[in-house]
Amino acid sequence: MSALLLETRQLDKHYGGLHVTRSVSLQLHAGDRLALIGPNGAGKTTLVNQISGTVAPSAGSVWLAGEDVTRRSQAQRVRAGLARTFQITTLAPHLPVQRQIELALFEREGLTGRAWRSIDGYPVLASEAQALLRGLGLGEHAGWPTERLAYGEQRLVELALALALRPRVLLLDEPMAGVPQGEGTRLLAALAALPKELAVLIIEHDMDLVFRFAQRIVVLAEGAVLADGTPEAIRSDPRVRAAYLGQ
Amino acid sequence: MSTDSSAPRVAPAWRAPLVVIAIGSIAWWALPDQLGLLTRIAITALFVLSLDLVVGIAGLATLGHAALFGAGAYAAGLFALKASGEPLIGLAVGAGAGALLALASGAFLLRYHGFTFLMLTVAVAQIAASLAQKARDWTGGDDGLSGFTMGPLLGRFAFDLEGRTAALYAIAVLALGLYVARRVVDSPFGLAVRGIHESRARMAALGTPVLRRLLAMYTLAGALAGAAGALSAQTNAIVGLDSLSFALSAEALVMLILGGAGRLHGALIGAVVFTLLHHTAASINPYHWLFIIGAALMVVVLLPPQKAWGWLRSRLGTKA
Repeated sequence: MSALLLETRQLDKHYGGLHVTRSVSLQLHAGDRLALIGPNGAGKTTLVNQISGTVAPSAGSVWLAGEDVTRRSQAQRVRAGLARTFQITTLAPHLPVQRQIELALFEREGLTGRAWRSIDGYPVLASEAQALLRGLGLGEHAGWPTERLAYGEQRLVELALALALRPRVLLLDEPMAGVPQGEGTRLLAALAALPKELAVLIIEHDMDLVFRFAQRIVVLAEGAVLADGTPEAIRSDPRVRAAYLGQ
Repeated sequence: MSTDSSAPRVAPAWRAPLVVIAIGSIAWWALPDQLGLLTRIAITALFVLSLDLVVGIAGLATLGHAALFGAGAYAAGLFALKASGEPLIGLAVGAGAGALLALASGAFLLRYHGFTFLMLTVAVAQIAASLAQKARDWTGGDDGLSGFTMGPLLGRFAFDLEGRTAALYAIAVLALGLYVARRVVDSPFGLAVRGIHESRARMAALGTPVLRRLLAMYTLAGALAGAAGALSAQTNAIVGLDSLSFALSAEALVMLILGGAGRLHGALIGAVVFTLLHHTAASINPYHWLFIIGAALMVVVLLPPQKAWGWLRSRLGTKA
């Protein structure tokens, strides 16, 4: 069994009387490809927000590589090896693409407190950023402001930012959301080429992608885990078919 | 160094300050009757530059920036009155006072965003102005702080009646301030603050300590605003309550928008254009000069820059 990297223990989040997640327990090991699916409003993004540290859980705990990080800040969790992408693109629209990647690299290397040497004075990191962009087919656009990229390419930059942090656990919140059909191929290829040892939790509505990408699927309904199993088991689970697939 | 031609590059930090020194020196030499105006422009430009770090770079709209200017002005004035007339130490004291007030108020203010932040900056500046008015023994209250004289700059250059030393001093400090601002903005720290401006959630997800970075930039802006205030105190030999006024904060914001926020040199252009317009229009019609400023502001705000550049290029006969 590979190393346990991420664990949630009975995560609970409620806003007054509204329960968004109910006692959700998950485990993610190195190399895992886990998909989190469920109808809209099932609590998927709230769960990811609790794991990444932007929302404090009402009860339960989050563990990263055997350490309880429930009370740790988002920044501390990133340093502990957790990276995420967002459902809606949150890139800086006016910064050149390469600068965005460099931002992640500066942050990873603990350099964003440095206030004197020029950003052009870090050639090793600049080369790393360019190599990362070339690997995703964006090398020619390194100097472009991010807003000039096609939406599918912006989603690729989102992924590149997360990968630049060299995470051990990656949370992907609907990476294909809003990507036009023709632009999805490169993104799919990039997802397929993610480092093998990386533990990935993906939220996605595109069922083709989910069943192709995931080794395990967790189904969330009304904030609670409805089913947890292999794609084959989930596909044939009558509860899932009733609650989610509408059959 | 990377050789990729598609890679973004930043301009050398010394370039813009050198232009400031060159233009400032020419103006100083060519316009000996306007040295007071030149000094005022340089001080205003330094103040608006510091505002650009907060508004244009960090993306925090403030209407209380005069509090930092006033803190520097009163600190430098008091230092000259009670301790020493040495200008450079006084300048450092002013910059320190601005930075200290920015650090103390920023630690509280920066927890808020948008309109709440904007209103709280107004409140802090009003409190500072009110305190300065009440503390008559220290600040001179409504009469202003005066009665101090400045020693010679670097022990050699006395502040003369024509304002020759004052103008060169202000231009040199502006150039230095611009150099520091340029270096900081083009550093990894500056890039992170620009990232926070454009996408706070994304920067937090990258692990950036958002509040700490903003506070550091706010403190630097406070130091530059404080230095501008100190220059004003030293070259005018008086500090009035207007150095803490809401009008000063608002005018600086107008200048910044006029010149273009977020680029540093825009702050300088805005300060020059506004102060010259003010000076010229007020001498033609002292009551209605604000009309001209208002019209200029409307043109800048309503006319998209691309359209303006396109029009300019077509007039000049070059391809867009």
